[in-house]
Amino acid sequence: MTISEKILAAHSGKKEVKAGEFIQAKVDLALGNDITAPLAIKEFYQVDGKKVFDPKKIVFVLDHFTPNKDILSAENCKFIRQFAQEQGTNLYSGGNCGIEHALLPEEGLVIPGSLIIGADSHTCTYGALGAFACGVGSTDLAAVMLTGEIWLRVPETIKIIYYGKLQPWVSGKDLILYTIGKLGVEGANYCALEFTGEVITSLPQNERFTICNMAVEAGAKNGIIELDDITSAYLTGKTKQNYQGMHRSGAYQVYRSDSLTHYKEIIEIDCNKVELQVAYPSSPANVHPVRASLSGLSNGVNPVSRGEKIYLDQVVIGSCTNGWLEDLRIVAKILNGKKVYPGLRLLIIPATPKIYLTALKEGLIEIFLNAGAVVAPPTCGPCLGGHLGILAQGERCLSTTNRNFRGRMGHPESEVYLASPAVAAVSAVFGRIAHPDETIQAR
Amino acid sequence: MVIRGKVHKYGDDIDTDVIIPARYLNILDEKELGKHCLEALNPEFAKKVSTGDILVAGKNFGCGSSREQAPRAIKGCGISLVIAKSFARIFFRNAINIGLPILELEKTDRISTGDELEVDLSQGVVHNRTHGLNYKGKEFSPFILEIISAGGLLNYVQRKKKGTPCTR
Repeated sequence: MTISEKILAAHSGKKEVKAGEFIQAKVDLALGNDITAPLAIKEFYQVDGKKVFDPKKIVFVLDHFTPNKDILSAENCKFIRQFAQEQGTNLYSGGNCGIEHALLPEEGLVIPGSLIIGADSHTCTYGALGAFACGVGSTDLAAVMLTGEIWLRVPETIKIIYYGKLQPWVSGKDLILYTIGKLGVEGANYCALEFTGEVITSLPQNERFTICNMAVEAGAKNGIIELDDITSAYLTGKTKQNYQGMHRSGAYQVYRSDSLTHYKEIIEIDCNKVELQVAYPSSPANVHPVRASLSGLSNGVNPVSRGEKIYLDQVVIGSCTNGWLEDLRIVAKILNGKKVYPGLRLLIIPATPKIYLTALKEGLIEIFLNAGAVVAPPTCGPCLGGHLGILAQGERCLSTTNRNFRGRMGHPESEVYLASPAVAAVSAVFGRIAHPDETIQAR
Repeated sequence: MVIRGKVHKYGDDIDTDVIIPARYLNILDEKELGKHCLEALNPEFAKKVSTGDILVAGKNFGCGSSREQAPRAIKGCGISLVIAKSFARIFFRNAINIGLPILELEKTDRISTGDELEVDLSQGVVHNRTHGLNYKGKEFSPFILEIISAGGLLNYVQRKKKGTPCTR
């Protein structure tokens, strides 16, 4: 069996499961946010739900439209807070609240080998810690709150092997954009994506989160990376204090794919050939090398960029994809002593309060402010066009987030380009999509 | 279950941001959500839908976010059925779970806006009354059929809890 199959078998009381099989699985952790939880709670009450199956295994993170952007959002958050209090569930709201998929690992709530479902599509992020984690909807969350179980179809697994050596500046973000470009937005629909190979095992934890985070952009049910020393080191000191009551022994079960196991497909990627990537509107699979966007080589791919460099109105750095401390360090390195291009709006959002505080202590926030960036509190806000940094008609934004669908960040006729923190930072300085190597040359 | 309705046709990869943009996700009411359904593609969409109409699309319908407001907006504006070549997995779950009828059909290219369809969901048979043609959709697995026939996930869960059989 694959690692995904093993985790699902263990959670459905079976020795073995097969791809395509429907199972009822026991859930270790269920997540809802301020957009998805209100509907789930409404449904819970609708069927006369009285008590959730286990309040310790339920967590609400009010991170999307917070700090409350309007009255309706405020009412929804109030509704969740009341429910969390009444039921005794975990709740992150206000000063202890960060972007859910950065926050839960940081809080030690994500355990290797566990089954996590979240009413948020980027729940697949937690696969970077060797958990089986997948996004579902509000009614699914309601059913889990009632029963502690979820119906799942065991996914086929696509194994991706990354080999070779990464080029300078190339990060986990570029690898996953490149991979989505290869697979297409539907290429892994209903499947598990297992990320393996020498390049993955040498990546820092934050870049592994970035990779698993965007598995859903290829349609995948989950993304997963086997536990290794880097992951164990990340987990040290995090999991023990909060995991009481969620696991019997305090130790976690480590699952690995069998060497002779059946994969739907095995894809090998030569990382020597992977350049810095940028996804053009309006699909995360519409990827091009950053260099091609500089010289107009992408002519004809996207009408707006024909014959000219891609000028920007806004750059956003943050989100559950790239709001990690390590991301902010790279951005600070590039922005140090530089200024944001006149008229361009640079918005930087540390993903959690802890990341924010560490960035502050390390002097990163000062570099950002001196460069002319706006530093916002941890929130999903602009990524989904919720609040903070909405785009006007015809405006163009380069973002380190995960989606660039039509109208994603504002007006239906605005544009979003996706790239890594390094590309975002240097682009903010040049006012157009730029390559980090350009910072060496005088402007 | 037979559904009759007029077709509204769209292409591939209709994502949840296009179905219902984030700025409306603070709304919980289906009818209210329905007023903004697909407005990024056609600001008049909700007004053009008559109750019972059928939405037909290409592959990967509903890709993107987990927002259940997407199938609820479609339901709320009066659409009775979504037919697509394929559905993104969370949208598929959400539609089944909330009781929005969906059907996977390979040959959606042969269906156009304005066509009148008659769909027998239990058989997965689509009759195009405008062109006099029949198409066969993909059948649901028995497990999914149980949820559908229970009228959605929570009814299914309730019935299971009480030990009532969920068969049709």
